[in-house]
Amino acid sequence: MKGIRFLLLVAGLFLINTLTAQKITIAAASDLRYALNEIRDEFKKSYPGITIDIIYGASGNLYQQIVNQAPFDVFFSADLTYAEKLDSLNLAGSKPKLYATGHLVLWSASRDVSGGIESLKNSDVNKIAIANPAVAPYGLRAIECLKYYKLYDEVKEKLVQGENVSQAAQFVLTGNAEIGIIALSLALSPGMMNRGKFTLIAEISYSELKQAYVIMKHPETPDAVLKFTRFLEKEQAKKIFEKYGFKLPAE
Amino acid sequence: MDVAFFQTFWISIKLATLTTIILFCTGIPIAYFLTYSAFRAKIILQALISVPLVLPPSVLGFYLLIAFSPNYFFGHFLDRYFDVRLAFSFAGILIGSIIFNLPFMVNSIQSGLSNLPVSLKDASYTLGKSRMTTLFRVLLPNIKPALFTGIFLTFAHTLGEFGVILMIGGNIPGKTRVASIAVYDEVQALNFDTANKYSVFLLLFSFFILLVVYSVNREFLKWKRF
Repeated sequence: MKGIRFLLLVAGLFLINTLTAQKITIAAASDLRYALNEIRDEFKKSYPGITIDIIYGASGNLYQQIVNQAPFDVFFSADLTYAEKLDSLNLAGSKPKLYATGHLVLWSASRDVSGGIESLKNSDVNKIAIANPAVAPYGLRAIECLKYYKLYDEVKEKLVQGENVSQAAQFVLTGNAEIGIIALSLALSPGMMNRGKFTLIAEISYSELKQAYVIMKHPETPDAVLKFTRFLEKEQAKKIFEKYGFKLPAE
Repeated sequence: MDVAFFQTFWISIKLATLTTIILFCTGIPIAYFLTYSAFRAKIILQALISVPLVLPPSVLGFYLLIAFSPNYFFGHFLDRYFDVRLAFSFAGILIGSIIFNLPFMVNSIQSGLSNLPVSLKDASYTLGKSRMTTLFRVLLPNIKPALFTGIFLTFAHTLGEFGVILMIGGNIPGKTRVASIAVYDEVQALNFDTANKYSVFLLLFSFFILLVVYSVNREFLKWKRF
């Protein structure tokens, strides 16, 4: 009897838990890993009742998962295109909303990259890490930039592709690639900041990394999602984006 | 069917063939040792060899990345003295693949050897044959199905390898882009037609290899009954 009562109590607690706890599941581009985690922690202080799970990946990979009905509530793409595509497929519940613009950098722990893009030509650079251009906006931009500087044919044998821009960053951080063309937001992350040096790549060489999010059609907890997206407009959230080098959209 | 398709499959088949050859040559002495040695601590070696059966490929991938990195001892040593960098190279994925397939080869050969009656070996020794002659002329010919199984399973399993290569390969066409990675890539890029081409080929190939393994084993069992 005692056992049954205990079981009922546990079951009851679970029930209360599921009734009151609100959960948002977010799919986000890898370049947001640090910024968005920090924003989530800030958000949590104001709304302790809302749990947020964030799944990071290349925007193209996440897009593909959403098309195949992955249960995400919000999708933060690193590229406006994927958000627009979801909208045109009638899978989005909101219009794409720009939240930040990203930047490309050259990053290295062992080589001097202060000379900019020309440093890729050095003969002691064996491997250059980029994100997979087929699915990662940062990878695509990296290729654009190499082509802009007419370096692509010269260095294409040295390119190694990470599955997303985080993996490309990991390749250079571990020293397996000498130089990486990665996201500024990752270069400014605590894990990479003091471990190497970076140089911004001129924005003229690649198409703008306009990052946009869309809310999915039927979010599990629409109120919580709205609270979170509104939070992004707040000064606290904007500061975090800026801290990681993102440019905020003009009002 | 384009150049990229064949190139990718060629890398897969090259990787599988080399893995199989290298493991066949090293697997026989290891299996021999594990079967016949009286060394008590061999159980540790046995467990170590079988670890890849249960270990998530990502764990192996992670340690290989660290090992290959010039920031750490081993990678630094290779880089400094041999001018070799293993990450994102064919040699690198070959090493990963050899470690990962070790149990498939060794366990197959070992189970073959341990199922042989001891009298076979003893008879050969009594007739004055050396250990080498006994191994190559008596023991190995009697465990042909186990050898076939080891070879084919290793080969097929290498074709199916994915996690380790995803982590240490770097997806370089013509060097480290194997068929299983290509499937993943094409699916993620929503090129389902191309993904399907690779997949159908892999599916048929795997099926065919297993078919061969089972028919060889059946033939051998039939033969043994007489």
